[in-house]
Amino acid sequence: MFYRESGQFKATYAEDSEIFPIRQDKIGIAVILAIAFLGIPLLAKTGFLSDYAFTAILTPFLIFSLAALGLNILTGYAGQLSLGTAAFMAVGAFASYNFMLRIDGMPILVAFILGGLCAAAVGIIFGLPSIRIRGFYLAAATLATQFFIVWCLTKVGWFTNYSSSGVITAQKIMMFGYTFDTSFSKYLFVLSVVSVMALLAKNMVRTNVGRSWMAIRDMDMAAEVIGFRPVRTKLMAFAVSSFYCGVAGALFAYAYLGTVEPEGFNLDLSFRILFMIIIGGVGSILGSFLGSAFIVLLPILLNMFTHFLDSSIGVDVPSGIASSIELMVFGAMIIFFLIVEPHGLARLWQIGKEKLRLWPFPH
Amino acid sequence: MQFFFEVLIAGLLSGVMYALVALGYVLIYKASGVFNFAQGAMVFFAALTTAGLVDSGLSLWLAVPLTMVAMVVLGLLTEKFVLRPLVAQHEITLFMATIGLTFFIEGLAQAIWGANVRALDLGIEDVPLEWLLESANIAVSQFDLIASGIAAVLVTLLAIFFSKTKIGRALRAVADDHQAALSIGIPLQHIWGIVWAVAGFVALVAGLLWGARNGVQFALTFVALKALPVLILGGFTSVPGAIVGGLIIGASEKLAEVYLGPYVGGGIEGWFPYVLALLFLVVRPEGLFGERIIRRI
Amino acid sequence: MDEGRKIGEVILDLKNISLRFGGVNALTDISFDVRQHEIRAIIGPNGAGKSSMLNVINGVYRPQEGEIVYLGKHRHDMDTYEAAKSGIARTFQNIALFKGMTVLDNIMTGRNLKMKSNFLLDALYWGPAQREEIAHRRKVEEIIDFLEIQHIRKTPVGRLPYGLQKRVELARALAAEPSILLLDEPMAGMNVEEKQDMCRFILDVNDQLGTTIVLIEHDMGVVMDISDRVVVLDYGRKIADGTPDEVRSNQDVIDAYLGVAH
Ligand SMILES: Nc1ncnc2c1ncn2[C@@H]1O[C@H](COP(=O)(O)OP(=O)(O)OP(=O)(O)O)[C@@H](O)[C@H]1O
Ligand SMILES: [Mg+2]
Repeated sequence: MFYRESGQFKATYAEDSEIFPIRQDKIGIAVILAIAFLGIPLLAKTGFLSDYAFTAILTPFLIFSLAALGLNILTGYAGQLSLGTAAFMAVGAFASYNFMLRIDGMPILVAFILGGLCAAAVGIIFGLPSIRIRGFYLAAATLATQFFIVWCLTKVGWFTNYSSSGVITAQKIMMFGYTFDTSFSKYLFVLSVVSVMALLAKNMVRTNVGRSWMAIRDMDMAAEVIGFRPVRTKLMAFAVSSFYCGVAGALFAYAYLGTVEPEGFNLDLSFRILFMIIIGGVGSILGSFLGSAFIVLLPILLNMFTHFLDSSIGVDVPSGIASSIELMVFGAMIIFFLIVEPHGLARLWQIGKEKLRLWPFPH
Repeated sequence: MQFFFEVLIAGLLSGVMYALVALGYVLIYKASGVFNFAQGAMVFFAALTTAGLVDSGLSLWLAVPLTMVAMVVLGLLTEKFVLRPLVAQHEITLFMATIGLTFFIEGLAQAIWGANVRALDLGIEDVPLEWLLESANIAVSQFDLIASGIAAVLVTLLAIFFSKTKIGRALRAVADDHQAALSIGIPLQHIWGIVWAVAGFVALVAGLLWGARNGVQFALTFVALKALPVLILGGFTSVPGAIVGGLIIGASEKLAEVYLGPYVGGGIEGWFPYVLALLFLVVRPEGLFGERIIRRI
Repeated sequence: MDEGRKIGEVILDLKNISLRFGGVNALTDISFDVRQHEIRAIIGPNGAGKSSMLNVINGVYRPQEGEIVYLGKHRHDMDTYEAAKSGIARTFQNIALFKGMTVLDNIMTGRNLKMKSNFLLDALYWGPAQREEIAHRRKVEEIIDFLEIQHIRKTPVGRLPYGLQKRVELARALAAEPSILLLDEPMAGMNVEEKQDMCRFILDVNDQLGTTIVLIEHDMGVVMDISDRVVVLDYGRKIADGTPDEVRSNQDVIDAYLGVAH
């Protein structure tokens, strides 16, 4: 009844090519943005949302969404499976750190962009094998990125400013004389960056670059025959994807953790982000956000559940076992989604919308 | 020079062990087209289960067969609940499913046995071989020698199993063409069941040897990551490739660590095999012995 | 716009092409030419080398011997990008659409070589990028109208029936506004009605847009009806070349099709 496009006629191709052609979707996005930018701050001001909500849920959710978005560009849209996401995040984080450290008066946003560009450069270099190899040969090759980058950041003292433990402390986020030092202001900062980058990504995937990625993904020979250049297209996907991951890594260091070490960007993190896109939806911008929300919330929910077990029926789950069970649940969820809904939560959402379109008359 | 040989031999010996793990991958890949990332988790699971059983008072001779049973059950369950529902899916989907499986098995192993490091004693001492030390002044670990002897025997047996036995040939038929195998009456599910059981067995042996050598701990799962470059080098479908690839990776990684490592700060074992394999890949995408892929349209 | 039917100069000339795969001689010393605006058919039994021939023309396969003269330029082999750039478009025997994309997006990909925007402008979807996208969209809509596939515009191609997929693939090729269109069995697996539609489209393309067409087809009725000249391959060799009538009465062709032992 409410979600229906009948009666909305498009008179021009410009209208039909809008980012959200259906009016209800426009309203939906507006509502989400209003909640994120106004509603949540209001709740925080009135004390309904604790610091914990920002530091443990909202901010990491947004940052992981951005990283998942980056991986989704490469894997979901361009079809190149990567297991090195965390390495690109690391490059972004450590490069931004060094730009801030070594160049006086470096504006933080510029440092993040430069950090992203460094990640993009590294992405291009480690994307070179994709010219010759494909499938899980490539996936295995991306592991080289993962191990090599982390090793490099650990061994070359310059990157960590010769910190003896290898841990770096991110500088303060300052802009126009304002310091983003509360969890709340950091949230707003991250939200702005992520919103803009998500918009740019959405635009890319619905125009020629995006089509070139999907063409290479779906049928590379045919893509070549109609004039897409595979090498350029794949490397472009690596570059853009790594840029996104790099910025996500910088945010991870600056707005989420504050102090990071190279080992923090290990294979486990790469897998976690891969899981986000599998569960959220491979080849979907929305899916990156849904998957990130899922993976961020799952441990928290599991934790609440074990607490609940403890307090209600007195079953005390040792924390070691709880974390093992968390691994099992992650693994099982992945397998479950791959079998039951390979397009992830985003597809479920889509199906829901299609149902809603017909509701309440199913035919 | 003696030192060089010591390093080389140590490298080759660990190469045999890599080959063993890599073989687990090749087996499953050949028969079902699945690149089973969970092989490393299976190694960990096997080692932890054996060590756990021994620690709870069982003798090794009882613990090993029991673990074997567990591995077979695990393999069969995987086949039934993970791979069968995904049959005919894209190979990347299958690969990602096995990453999920990796997490599941790692979690399962630790949920049952806890996350503590355990020792596993196979009764072989890790001391240098005396006669070699005396005659040539080269130190080679007795344990490594025996372990790679066992691994070598197993590798040979599997190679024979693959090329000479009826089941082995059936496996190859399945690998070449599922449809054709079906039409000549080979029950696919049986084949896959067998393959997963054999892969479980390989994981068990690898787990015992590695576990006894380095302690049974989470790091065992990284053995799988060592086997990956071996596969890239040797090709995913080739048994001899896994063996030769294992030896090359084992030897070159140790040599690189010893001779190259000091110049760059050490610890290059983690990525060196990958870079080596990668460079190789760029030159020969199908690996040493892999079949050349002809793209058709 | 009926200049289409005036058959013109030779624009594509294949000379002594030989192509081998390991021990298989897919093509042996084949020469033939294609004239502007004509419909040139390639026929032959299964495995004769027809698809390989198209693959040589647009650079998917590189022949071991021979020469390709296209638009006056002599080459030993084609490069796929170069072929696309210089106006060769094609469809495939086994549909090679981009399964995960909608019909509209698939056809839009056909215009990629005509797009000047870069990824930064695309990302901003602003000014020139937006105008360009819309201009191309307009062109694509013309093709959609022409091939009568308006109703499936936003459907992912994977969900379409075979016959429609073939049509979408033709649309994608047409979107490039090619000067030569290579069609590999465009009517295979279609029912009579669908075949008639496809024939009509091919003739219209040739007639109204003046596009030169190289066509592989097994349905002799269709081939004899619509093509200007026919080349016949058998076991990688050319056994006949000429008008439909000449080819029809050629003894070698009759033998090849009746399966006379060699
Ligand atoms: N990529 C390739 N690798 C190896 N052999 C090939 C390849 N492509 C074609 N061939 C071989 O070349 C020969 C000609 O094949 P081609 O596909 O050109 O025949 P065709 O005339 O199009 O047949 P059909 O009517 O069945 O489409 C066949 O023997 C085929 O097996
Ligand atoms: Mg053909």
